[in-house]
Amino acid sequence: MNVVEMVGITKRFPGIIANDQINLTVRKGEIHALLGENGAGKSTLMNILFGLYQPDEGEIRINEKPVKITGPTVANKLGIGMVHQHFMLVEPFTVTENIILGDERSKFGLLNIKKAEKEIQRLSDQYGLKVDPRAKIADISVGMQQRVEILKTLYRGADILIFDEPTAVLTPQEIEELTEIMRRLVDEGKTIIFITHKLKEIMSTCDRVTVIRRGKVIQTVDVAETNENELAALMVGREVSFTVEKEKKQPGEPIVKISQLVALDHRGVRAVNGLDLEVRAGEIVGLAGVDGNGQTELIEAITGLRDIESGSIHINGKDMTRFKPRKVIEAGVGHIPEDRHKRGLVLDFTVSENMVLQSYYQAPFTKRGIIQNGEIDQYAKRLIKEFDVRTPNEHVPIRGLSGGNQQKAIIAREVDRDPDFLIAAQPTRGLDVGAIESIHRRLVEQRDKGKAVLLVSLELDEVLKLSDRVAVIYEGKIVGWVDPETTTEEELGLLMAGGKKQEVK
Amino acid sequence: MQQLFSRMNKMSTFLASLISIVLGMLIGAIMMVAAGYNPLEAYNALFVSALFQPYDLGETIRTVTPLLLTGLAVAIAFRTGLFNIGVEGQFIVGQMAAIIVGLKLPLPSGLHAVAAVIAGGLAGAIWAYLPGLLKAVRGVHEVIITIMMNYIALYLSNAVVFHLLAPGADSTEKIPDSASLRVQWLSDLFGGARVHLGILIALAAAFVMYVLVWRTRLGYELRAVGFNPLAAEYAGMNVKKSVILSMMISGAFAGLAGAVEALGTNGYLPIMNDFTGIGFDGIAVALLGANTPVGVILASILFGVLEYGGGNMQFEAGVPFEVIRVVFAAIILFVAANIVEKIFHSRRKKGVKTNA
Repeated sequence: MNVVEMVGITKRFPGIIANDQINLTVRKGEIHALLGENGAGKSTLMNILFGLYQPDEGEIRINEKPVKITGPTVANKLGIGMVHQHFMLVEPFTVTENIILGDERSKFGLLNIKKAEKEIQRLSDQYGLKVDPRAKIADISVGMQQRVEILKTLYRGADILIFDEPTAVLTPQEIEELTEIMRRLVDEGKTIIFITHKLKEIMSTCDRVTVIRRGKVIQTVDVAETNENELAALMVGREVSFTVEKEKKQPGEPIVKISQLVALDHRGVRAVNGLDLEVRAGEIVGLAGVDGNGQTELIEAITGLRDIESGSIHINGKDMTRFKPRKVIEAGVGHIPEDRHKRGLVLDFTVSENMVLQSYYQAPFTKRGIIQNGEIDQYAKRLIKEFDVRTPNEHVPIRGLSGGNQQKAIIAREVDRDPDFLIAAQPTRGLDVGAIESIHRRLVEQRDKGKAVLLVSLELDEVLKLSDRVAVIYEGKIVGWVDPETTTEEELGLLMAGGKKQEVK
Repeated sequence: MQQLFSRMNKMSTFLASLISIVLGMLIGAIMMVAAGYNPLEAYNALFVSALFQPYDLGETIRTVTPLLLTGLAVAIAFRTGLFNIGVEGQFIVGQMAAIIVGLKLPLPSGLHAVAAVIAGGLAGAIWAYLPGLLKAVRGVHEVIITIMMNYIALYLSNAVVFHLLAPGADSTEKIPDSASLRVQWLSDLFGGARVHLGILIALAAAFVMYVLVWRTRLGYELRAVGFNPLAAEYAGMNVKKSVILSMMISGAFAGLAGAVEALGTNGYLPIMNDFTGIGFDGIAVALLGANTPVGVILASILFGVLEYGGGNMQFEAGVPFEVIRVVFAAIILFVAANIVEKIFHSRRKKGVKTNA
């Protein structure tokens, strides 16, 4: 039986057709993936199914009956639940309080928390969620919080669950657990729609996949009859290479020399603790490590955003220890920050304004204190073209661009300033394969031009694929170097876990 | 295409403000009916008496002048991410500094007034420096500090009048003509009204704000810091300096407002029982004007008309002035709660949104 049928759905926004005659059929008891690049129209389609948007054209049938979904409450009544990417939980409340929020079943105005707790415990046991109904949200892990979101939909009687990019916030282990939970849910008769752009997860979790590109359905395929390469090609509209073309090169002189660097984190603990690192011209050094081992603090110390306790940083032979950020930038350091929204962009500025975030004060962008908007627009136009940033024009606020295009804009800005030393922190976090490919190409291009590149990433695949040498950081120190060609995941994993400390664990 | 939409968006902001004004006046009218007055007669009296006689027009402009400047002060701070609620205090020290220079510095005509105006602007800037500094260096919220600074300004001003400028009296003497912003030809033009050169200063300030915020390097920095201080820091901007500077520019506008009010309208400095309210009205003006120079000019004109015309309405239609304060409040409520746009939007079903 088809539990969800969306027929000929069209949704227009000013200047863009987000959904163009989309047909989607979801069968009972399957995990159905919705695959597409950022901005392809997946979220719009699901927001229509959840009643947040009204389609301009088309029909929706739930359990083979035509329906009009005018709001989330209507969706809930039809048995549709949504697990949002960004959790909507009240931190100081308990799990139970959060779940009944908005659906408080009371008698004479009195809540029966005990009864709700029991019901939640029962649901949790039935689907193997292992959630404690009395725990406070603030005290439980992100993975647990997500399960609370799942419970919320189950408590409201959902049979069709929409998961909106659920793995973006999870650790690899939590992802595995989520996969199991999803399997259990469909075993118990639920149906799942899974929005994602990660191919691996589709292959390991889903039954069928519908690929959407630029607002149109490209194809619906059985996962068993496809592979990652084919899906990637369907999604992006061309062949995608998963390997990075990279010639062997002899690196040149050291550009960056960091010695015995010490920097404190916000709690005053030594996050960078006597670190030595050298990056040479024409090489990519990958920095591998478990999140929170001083990577962020190291980058901030190099770029002047964090105070240095002791030690030194030399770039091109010049002592740059304790330089202010602007001095570091002027000395030839480019920085793709790990969090593009926090540091990398002023979201309310236009694309143009963001392209000159560091260089606005220099000629030709400023003359005698006056900003030269014409020059800035010209410059932005060139970068948009060269780096294939998809935007209606250079005057729109950069907030409206998709994540991949925002990141491309940052990379355009940093690369075009032609720095001798480029720091790329999590350069592809949250991006789809098409964007990842282009960003990887840019980084290798910098290396080939004889620049020094420091790649900091939590994605081991990425570090191994791009780097010429890999340094492993653990508790604020470089604990070992490995050759990406010959190393194994075991060797890396051991180093990342602190080598000798492994035995104590 | 996109530009068209952003322009339409701006138009709808303007339209929303306009509708808010009408709704606010409607609420005032309902109140009047409930209290047994004729609203048509009252509003008629209000607008006729505010605009149609040269004298009244001059007085209305006189009322608009300080509102425009305090509105700009609040708006420019908003633009850079700061809520300067201390405009009132900066206004008061601006008044005080201008009067001190007016009374105590014997300067030739013309130069005297210029010096007094500059002194007022500087005093406002200095008064705003402290909250700016505390915000930048210690992270203290500017709202708390500026509220406190308002009281300090009020009682400092009173103490200066009482102990230094006019011992024993309840106000200072009049400033000499050399320091006054009142000019004969302008008064004559408006039938002897107290309109003064301050309006030109205020209009110039609006232009300065536009150029400063949108056309200069400094403005780019201030906006970047206002929107996202972390990104500004990453890009090499001096965030602390920007915060302090932004507060000082805002304070300077407020100080100018105080100076022109003192030098143009009053000509002396009294001991004040309470705040003037002009600084606080600036918040309303900035809000209604959507923090743009043109918007602030229009909003200050409206509030000036209501304020001055409201006073006359009391005499001519017998409707108490408090009704006008209700209209003020209702307009602000509509604007602040964005009620009009809500109505618009729910009808257009979230029409203007580009990201899918």
